[in-house]
Amino acid sequence: RQVSSAAAAAGAYPKRVKVVEVGPRDGLQNEKNVVPTPVKINLINMLSETGLQVIEATSFVSPKWVPQMADHTEVMQGINKLPGISYPVLTPNLRGFQAAVAAGAKEVSIFGAASELFTQKNINCSIEESLERFEEVLKAAREASIPVRGYVSCVLGCPYEGKISAAKVAEVSKKLYSMGCYEISLGDTIGVGTPGSMKEMLTVVMKDVPVGALAVHCHDTYGQALANILVALQMGVSVVDASVAGLGGCPYAQGASGNVATEDLVYMLNGLGIHTGVDLQKLMDTGTFICSALNRKTNSKVSQASCRL
Amino acid sequence: QEPQASGLPEYIKIVEVGPRDGLQNEKVIVPTDIKIELINQLSKTGLPAIEVTSFVSSKWVPQMADHKEVMRGIERHPGVQYPVLTPNLQGFHSAIAAGATEVSVFGAASESFSKMNINCSIEESIEKFEEVTKSARNMNIPVRGYVSCALGCPYEGNVVPDKVAEVSKRLYSMGCYEISLGDTIGVGTPGSMKKMLEAVMKEIPLSALAVHCHDTYGQALANILTAIQMGVAVVDSSVAGLGGCPYAKGATGNVATEDVIYMLNGLGINTGVNLYAVMEAGNFICTALNKKTNSKVAQASFSNGTI
Repeated sequence: RQVSSAAAAAGAYPKRVKVVEVGPRDGLQNEKNVVPTPVKINLINMLSETGLQVIEATSFVSPKWVPQMADHTEVMQGINKLPGISYPVLTPNLRGFQAAVAAGAKEVSIFGAASELFTQKNINCSIEESLERFEEVLKAAREASIPVRGYVSCVLGCPYEGKISAAKVAEVSKKLYSMGCYEISLGDTIGVGTPGSMKEMLTVVMKDVPVGALAVHCHDTYGQALANILVALQMGVSVVDASVAGLGGCPYAQGASGNVATEDLVYMLNGLGIHTGVDLQKLMDTGTFICSALNRKTNSKVSQASCRL
Repeated sequence: QEPQASGLPEYIKIVEVGPRDGLQNEKVIVPTDIKIELINQLSKTGLPAIEVTSFVSSKWVPQMADHKEVMRGIERHPGVQYPVLTPNLQGFHSAIAAGATEVSVFGAASESFSKMNINCSIEESIEKFEEVTKSARNMNIPVRGYVSCALGCPYEGNVVPDKVAEVSKRLYSMGCYEISLGDTIGVGTPGSMKKMLEAVMKEIPLSALAVHCHDTYGQALANILTAIQMGVAVVDSSVAGLGGCPYAKGATGNVATEDVIYMLNGLGINTGVNLYAVMEAGNFICTALNKKTNSKVAQASFSNGTI
């Protein structure tokens, strides 16, 4: 797709956006059907052909907690790792980190939250305790020259606490950033955010973390994702997480959608003349593949619209 | 509701098009009493304008065949407008006889679309509308003008912003008080929305502009946000996102009123509309149509048990 020079020259938006594909991890983790290992590997391999530069491959958590990710070692060892593409994996603690590195991981992610209750319910400890665990991972990662991405959940609202203060989001983000995370992905975990709350939250966070190190991870549970992403872009954010076919429902609202669809995001960025390097058609084909394997309909409107059946 | 974000309109008028544009694009023919009940429920939500029906030949649009009964059967709440579509003078007279006090005419920014949709050129359609606006002026009936294909056409593909501006200007100068710019197939993005509005705003005052975005490619809310950032203060939407896209089978059409209001509430923009009440009206019509809502807000709220 060509870059519209008029749009880029307008100065309102970044010229390039890095799309971080979370379908194989965040997406599949929130799908009901357990996906066979070869299907996961094929999904990631197809995504590797679309021009995406970052594909979150799997999660090194205990299969007791997340059965969908039980095959993390096989997936990590089975995928084609194309040069120039990063395949980060989740590592909740030092043990997971070591297993990930042993399986060939070259980048890892850790998941914090801006809500005490959410942290308690999700990983059974306080925010402070979780940061101590992450400190161990970051220390080991630093020694192994492994980059670490930090996630902050519940940045625009929490399923348990409700409203979340922007100051708290900034505090947790700042901690993760100063501990050594190269990028902080701010997650609207339950999709309740709107352009209003997104702008307010980013304004506060950007006082403590440089915008170049920020990413947004928007859920489309209330249909607000693209509008929220648009506002983030207007404020200078240039890294956006998304999930092919909009994989991954919302565990807090049964039947509701979760991740924003990568296809819909890329369609919007193309229309804005923002360069992503992603081939939309190949991405749609990948979405078609995984939806067929999962025996479900796509959550991507672009995909739905383009299907003239 | 959050304190109002700076630079945006303080108030946005929502024009509810579910009963007309929405139902017209639903496969199932809806009984008259259901249509009337839907409109009556919507009248209680605070919506300032509800597009009720269409005075077109029932040969073309069977869903709207009961236009007279609907017009006569609905409760008319003070402070709420109930516009109806009138494609020509005959439809206009019929609408007035049935009690309509506001009408709409539908132009297009694409010749091919005009020919395929209403069997005449843009120029010929404008002549027909002029007959309507002339009669309407004589009777003090306000006329709203729609311009379809403002961001793309199912037949022509790309649509030039200047063409949209030209057609809008024609409708405005013949007396339409408001021009609703429609992204008929939902292909627009914030990029094309901005370019199109910049061209149109050279010819039409901002206060006379509305956007009518389809969510076929998931871009509607982002496009609406772009429009309101540019000062547009009238937004069309459809309860429960009623109305699929006739040009992309199985794809969605209108943006859901609930999702628009959720966004505007979050921006601190006043609409006067009770989101909860709209969700209930949406639930009513989806149950009657035996279909799932297209509104993500409604989906999420119902599964959360907040409804």
